[in-house]
Amino acid sequence: MKRIYVNEKWCLGCHLCEYNCAFANSGETDMVRALQNVKIHPRIRVEGDNQISFAVQCRHCDDPLCVKSCISGAMSVRDGVVHCDTDKCVGCLTCVLVCPYGAVMPAPDGGVIQKCELCTNNRFGEPACVKGCPNHAIVFEERGVQ
Amino acid sequence: MNYVIIGNSAAAVGCIEGIRSVDKEGGITVISDEPYHVYSRPLISYLLYGKTDEERMKYRPDDFYEKNHVKTILGVRAEKIDSGRKAVVLAGGDSIPFDKLLIATGSRPFVPPMAGLDKVEKKFSFMRLDDAKALGKAITKESRVLIIGAGLIGLKCAEGIRDRVGSLEVVDLADRILPSILDEAGSAMVRKYLESHGIRFYLGDSVAQFGPGSAQLKSGKRLTFDVLVVAVGVRPNTQLAADIGCKVGRGIAIDERSATSLPDIYAAGDCCECFDIAGGCERILAILPNAYLQGETAGVNMAGGSKCFDNAIPMNAIGFFGLHVITAGSYDGDAWVQSSEQTYKKLVTKDNRLKGFILIGDVARAGIYTSLIREKTPLDTIDYELIREKPQLMAFAREDRAVRLGGAKR
Repeated sequence: MKRIYVNEKWCLGCHLCEYNCAFANSGETDMVRALQNVKIHPRIRVEGDNQISFAVQCRHCDDPLCVKSCISGAMSVRDGVVHCDTDKCVGCLTCVLVCPYGAVMPAPDGGVIQKCELCTNNRFGEPACVKGCPNHAIVFEERGVQ
Repeated sequence: MNYVIIGNSAAAVGCIEGIRSVDKEGGITVISDEPYHVYSRPLISYLLYGKTDEERMKYRPDDFYEKNHVKTILGVRAEKIDSGRKAVVLAGGDSIPFDKLLIATGSRPFVPPMAGLDKVEKKFSFMRLDDAKALGKAITKESRVLIIGAGLIGLKCAEGIRDRVGSLEVVDLADRILPSILDEAGSAMVRKYLESHGIRFYLGDSVAQFGPGSAQLKSGKRLTFDVLVVAVGVRPNTQLAADIGCKVGRGIAIDERSATSLPDIYAAGDCCECFDIAGGCERILAILPNAYLQGETAGVNMAGGSKCFDNAIPMNAIGFFGLHVITAGSYDGDAWVQSSEQTYKKLVTKDNRLKGFILIGDVARAGIYTSLIREKTPLDTIDYELIREKPQLMAFAREDRAVRLGGAKR
């Protein structure tokens, strides 16, 4: 299946992916309205220092520990995408306890978690972070490996 | 192939999904003495808290059994296993034959002998959905509730009902709360927080004598209450396995394939003991993720596949009134501690490995630490000082990141 891959050599550390992610998941149609004077809570996070930077988001593992560890049955795999049913989630954070990538996080309003679902759960339909990456440091493609 | 599963919780679901990943055809029968569609047991406190309901706490969707071609026998107790005839005998006398059997019988509340307990009218355990429903019915806004046990179960129960009762007091023999997962400092921090939410503790103390609506403590204090919850601990349900000669220690002994000491008989979940790679010993790891993973491993192997689950560790994510606590592994080793007014962090290392950690307040990306423990990552192969400050993938070698994030082959 198609996944997001990062090439840290090309990452500029500009954090645009974080803004595009926050916009895509805001439910707003206007980027300025979605982001102006708002503390963003993106599901993709840029890590790094002055020399190296790279973006981290859910890897949609073939053997997802978060899904298997979820105590409420809120997490599942839908067509390869690791999905959280926030109606069932109780925010216990067992997924945060087990995700080796640190890619699951509490949602800002508390109570449930949030994670990258490859924009299948918003109107964008495909990853907004990839589309907006100015240097193609993150790509969305089929590679047959994780 | 004919698969039978005794039990209908996380280990059973793991087993069903494990079997079906290998064998789409074989018959699966699930037997449980509870009459419910599979629900999440740890969610019973959230049910009382009002954060979920019976519909949403179903651990798998309504069509789960149908989709997986599972026959259910619910509300009927498995009385014994006839290992000679390879059949499970039900209450009422019916026999269910099996080729491969999973014992996923879970655990039961342990109620120690306490003088005068029989005089207490409204007393409850806190383990099953029916316990939560009964407790929910018994409490009112005026109820004075006494909980015996300041462990995970007792305190989640306390959180669940705090806003629905008048007062809430907790007694525990241990000198600190959550002794199984927290050290002294962490425990004190969580205790203070719980006290600020109106929960009162009597620690290092126990009940000498119950009367109707009262408890005389060993210390001499006398508490009065309307409703009692006993959450002292749990015991694994090993009897069915022991009766047929399965090796049983504290729990049913299983190997990395979730196989018991007897052929064609597997076991998973809270009824088992398994090897804890952080502590380096066999123990019962009664947590939902292990139950699922052991069950899944059993299922794959029962169906003729090959799967090992060989990195079990104790680990918990728990929260109270918005304060999150994540812990994992063993605390035997060199400790590194960082704390502030709102947060507490302890990392324990030994022999160049992370062995355990406690995070309170700030639990972001805790899984990166958990994976260091489970994968036994040598700390001299990563930037440990960096990762100690904050869990991050930057601490790994560039080649390793290329594999993890870039899709490079290892």
